[in-house]
Amino acid sequence: MTEPPVISIRGLVSRFGSHLIHDGIDLDVNRGEILGLVGASGSGKSVLLRCAIGLMPTTAGHIEILGHVTGQMGDNEAKTLRHHWGVLFQDGALFSSLTVGENIEIALKQLPELPAALVTDIIHAKIALVGLPADAVHKYPSQLSGGMRKRAGLARALALDPDILFLDEPTAGLDPIGASAFDELILQLRESLGLTVFMVTHDIDSLARICDRIAVLVDKKLIVDTLPHLLEIPHPWVHDYFHGPRSHAAHIGE
Amino acid sequence: MTTEARLDFLPSRDGTIRLSLSGRIEVEHLATIAAPLEDFPLPASGGSLVMDMTAADTLDTAGAIMILRMERRCAAAGIAFSLSGLHNSAAQFLAHIRSIGEEKTPPPPIPHPVLELLERTGRATFHLLAEIRDILGFFGMLSITLIQSLRHPSRLRGGAILTHMEQVGLNALPIVGLLSFLIGVVLAYQGADQLQKFGAELLVVNILGVSILREIGILITAIIVAGRSGSAFTAQIGTMKVNQEIDAMLAMGLSPIEYLVQPRIFALVLTLPLLAFYADITALIGGATMCYMSLDITYDQFLLQFQNFIKLRTLLVGLVKAPFFAFAIAMIGCYQGLKVSGSAESVGRLTTKSVVQSIFLVIALDALFSIIFAKLHL
Ligand SMILES: Nc1ncnc2c1ncn2[C@@H]1O[C@H](COP(=O)(O)OP(=O)(O)OP(=O)(O)O)[C@@H](O)[C@H]1O
Ligand SMILES: [Mg+2]
Repeated sequence: MTEPPVISIRGLVSRFGSHLIHDGIDLDVNRGEILGLVGASGSGKSVLLRCAIGLMPTTAGHIEILGHVTGQMGDNEAKTLRHHWGVLFQDGALFSSLTVGENIEIALKQLPELPAALVTDIIHAKIALVGLPADAVHKYPSQLSGGMRKRAGLARALALDPDILFLDEPTAGLDPIGASAFDELILQLRESLGLTVFMVTHDIDSLARICDRIAVLVDKKLIVDTLPHLLEIPHPWVHDYFHGPRSHAAHIGE
Repeated sequence: MTTEARLDFLPSRDGTIRLSLSGRIEVEHLATIAAPLEDFPLPASGGSLVMDMTAADTLDTAGAIMILRMERRCAAAGIAFSLSGLHNSAAQFLAHIRSIGEEKTPPPPIPHPVLELLERTGRATFHLLAEIRDILGFFGMLSITLIQSLRHPSRLRGGAILTHMEQVGLNALPIVGLLSFLIGVVLAYQGADQLQKFGAELLVVNILGVSILREIGILITAIIVAGRSGSAFTAQIGTMKVNQEIDAMLAMGLSPIEYLVQPRIFALVLTLPLLAFYADITALIGGATMCYMSLDITYDQFLLQFQNFIKLRTLLVGLVKAPFFAFAIAMIGCYQGLKVSGSAESVGRLTTKSVVQSIFLVIALDALFSIIFAKLHL
């Protein structure tokens, strides 16, 4: 690999008041890679994601995305960089006063203007892409189910065909068929767009099927490796995670 | 490697139109090429069109959709469309985007403007009537639960009531004090200006006493509280509604009326009379200060005149209205909060509505009280 990593985190420390969340995190994500982040509830996965995209100030450390050091960017640089990533928040975070279609449109509006008919087609394609029914386009988020809101959030994250996709528990709340279709979609997008995916997930099936490497957040630090290597790690939490009954059901660690 | 996307019209050969796409066919570069491509005139005579993509480096969803739109236009015009020089992965991607289908739902039809105006008028009237009915219903339900909880005072949530009293009462002291002081100053100045012409300066004390104690003090306080606390009630309860916290309470068998509405109502009913009394006093101090400064009526003279002519009844007639105003403000605030549905926008809309309605109710009630007091010769 001659190409520098797309996401590069060095020595990240973050805290809420006196509550230390991360204590020296190092992580590299390469182009075209799908990285899964796992860890116990409340271990700071969502916070790590928020730090990476610059929504939360860090106490120490260096975060570089696509060659830009987040945290010391000018407004314009930050804005352009933000067109190159899409974020799906844990609870969707759709704009509740806009329809699903308008939620996607608002992302497209940041670019130089495109013909209206093309924009409409793009919106419909994104909605079909994430497996939402076509009539969802005119619905408000409050009229959708939890899983549909998740898909709508993904459609919005994909609006600008980003290089990097940050996903916070994308398959939580999807039915198993929908979840595996989602995995399929991520693979397909990676294939065609060279998408890099950083995803927080508890879905053992996704981890096994689509993640190239897995980062485990334990004891405020990251252990990053491929699944077969992680299975060998003696750390008790990591061992329990990958050798639990659910992992066995997914035919991992047997 | 080119960075921007380019669209070139190549000379046609044997009746075949040839276009070439090159560079990065990605959404952020589409602006320059999408419009010319959309507007490209297709011949009515049929024939064929070749899109050459040998020099296209990348293709994303938006780019693929742009190409598929061209493909569809050609199909509609009876022109054979083909792509050449497409990379393997890009071809697969295009096929994938094509396969996800073109199903579309038309936007809801836009009705005729006159009909729409009629419809909206009708709807608004209907909503208004329905809302009056609902508020009356809410009032009834509240009255029943309030009476029930007065019979079992142990079920009242004292802690919550005190917290709300602090928020609506104690924290409002500076603003209520400042505004009523200024109102006192203004009233005294206006009164003095007129009365001086008759040499009846001292009567300004009577005017101040009666108008502040009977009307101004309580009205100003009620309006400030409606803007400050009625809106806060709506926003607090409304946000809980958006977060499904109300649903969670109902599912756990907790009554939102008991936990959210009652403490707020009790707090406001207990606090508003106190606030109104405080406003009366500060307004009078403001008036007295103005009298001292511009009319040379000393504080002693002011107090003496006040004591001789203003009766305790005047104060009570003003303050007796406070609990009713408080009830109306708190009831509307909570009612609108519970009416919030789904979106953050509806929190904002209903908060505005709650302030407007509670101020309206306060003034309407005040007029009603005036009539009642006049009949009773109070
Ligand atoms: N705004 C905040 N203020 C204070 N502490 C916070 C805040 N947000 C998160 N935390 C704390 O940070 C820690 C990590 O939270 P985070 O949301 O990252 O968990 P998580 O790993 O994503 O868990 P889950 O799997 O449940 O989503 C938790 O202990 C939480 O209490
Ligand atoms: Mg989380």
